[in-house]
Amino acid sequence: MFTMFDYEFMRNAFAACTVVAIVTGAVGYFLVLRGQTFAGHALAHVGFPGATGAGLLGLSPFVGLTVFTVLAGIGIGLLGERAHRDVAIGIVLTLSLGLGLLFLHFYTAFASQATNVLFGNVLGISYRTVIILAVLSVVILAALIFISRPLLFASLQPELAEAKGVNLDFVSTMFMIIVAVTTAEATQIVGVLLVFALMVAPAATTLRLARGVLRGILISIALAVVIAWTSLSLAFLTDWPTSFWITSLGAAAYLAAGLIQRLKAAH
Amino acid sequence: MNVIAFDRVTLTYGGRRVLSDVSFSIPQGAFVGLLGANGAGKTTMLRAVLGLIRPASGAISVLGRPPTRGNPAIGYMPQARRIVTHAGISGFDLVVTAAGGHRWRWPAASALEKDMAWKALEEVGAADIARRPFAELSGGERQRILIAQSLIGDPKLLLLDEPLISLDAAHQRAIIELVHEVGERLGIAVIFCSHEINPLLRAVDAVLYLGNASAAIGSVDEVINGPVLSKLYGTHINVVRVAGRIFVMADDIELEGAAHVHDV
Repeated sequence: MFTMFDYEFMRNAFAACTVVAIVTGAVGYFLVLRGQTFAGHALAHVGFPGATGAGLLGLSPFVGLTVFTVLAGIGIGLLGERAHRDVAIGIVLTLSLGLGLLFLHFYTAFASQATNVLFGNVLGISYRTVIILAVLSVVILAALIFISRPLLFASLQPELAEAKGVNLDFVSTMFMIIVAVTTAEATQIVGVLLVFALMVAPAATTLRLARGVLRGILISIALAVVIAWTSLSLAFLTDWPTSFWITSLGAAAYLAAGLIQRLKAAH
Repeated sequence: MNVIAFDRVTLTYGGRRVLSDVSFSIPQGAFVGLLGANGAGKTTMLRAVLGLIRPASGAISVLGRPPTRGNPAIGYMPQARRIVTHAGISGFDLVVTAAGGHRWRWPAASALEKDMAWKALEEVGAADIARRPFAELSGGERQRILIAQSLIGDPKLLLLDEPLISLDAAHQRAIIELVHEVGERLGIAVIFCSHEINPLLRAVDAVLYLGNASAAIGSVDEVINGPVLSKLYGTHINVVRVAGRIFVMADDIELEGAAHVHDV
């Protein structure tokens, strides 16, 4: 099995998964805590027309995707509570996919890449992309550490945080920008449709079981990394898509946490 | 010096006049019940004292100064609109974020902040439940934790927004006794916001009743009577006392007891 590290694409895939899983685990923890997972899901979809549109203009899909998710993140952050409406988010989400489809219609040569944008292609990641992802991850983590205190306070008790002087709009917008860049990163691994699996499943599993905030964040990171590594190994062994394994393991972890929670409650 | 003084204050919320030209003052160490129907402006008034909204006219003074956001002399317990449901978050986690969560610093809580949190938890006798997940605590235990966090930083004034909501009678009594006892022991003035006067009858020094954009303050007898409440509700009100309880009725419909039904 360790022969898989003989291949450069596997080494790149492991490196990329590691740096991305570290940030999705940490950022996802706050996303779940704030009840903004659906907004995060929509954010990823908004990246799709960004990627296909950039392809249409001859730019890098990753850049287009990042620009779109960040703009959408700022929008969601500024809208605040008003952005937490299922219908509005759902409409923006489908509109985004529709737009992306339109761009594909005008630029059919990009169609082969569309699947990668939608479902990810971690085995196709170059060394250069790994470096870019690593640098972005460091920036994201630094930003998250910077706002983590007021962010935690505002997530747990918004009214009290506001009364104590926390600027809720600023913190929420900063956080959504962080989520947007993280989403763009995660898209490289699992694609826009499946970002939820890498971002939300480890964090939601952790929040069901682990006590304490700092410990919870560390466990969420560890879980995201383990899921990513296991998925890559399984993908190598079975030749099935990595994204499939990431979604399955994420769902399995979440279900298992629910069962453990029930068993605990029964005692 | 008064803890709170309103001088001809007008407050608006969403373009609507919630309070119009209201003046009153609350002395230090007093336990005041803040009453009034939904939408009478109880929360808006608390937010003005916290410095979160400015009066349209008039002047508010909190401990001799104009209200400032983040005033450490005020302990605040907001209405629990969104309750944390994640098993990973304990009561202690909530209290310790209140101790320093507004500062831009390294994420982990400092030893000093942890000490502050434990001290506040001990003041309300909640240290033994603080490590349990907040979501698994009973309503009364949760309120205890939330009151603990309002005590962080040795405030001179507590603003408690509906601490009795969704508690049964026994737990309501326990919470009121706790707040009353802590307030007296630590010399803190308490503004206790409630839908209903009856649970508070024995604890309050004064009642501040809001309605019809105005306010009445005084002892229970001075405020909770037909003429005063008729003015505040803008309709004819009967106040009936039965077996030590007070019923506020308009056209034979009990107003206070039915108040939270309108919430939905």
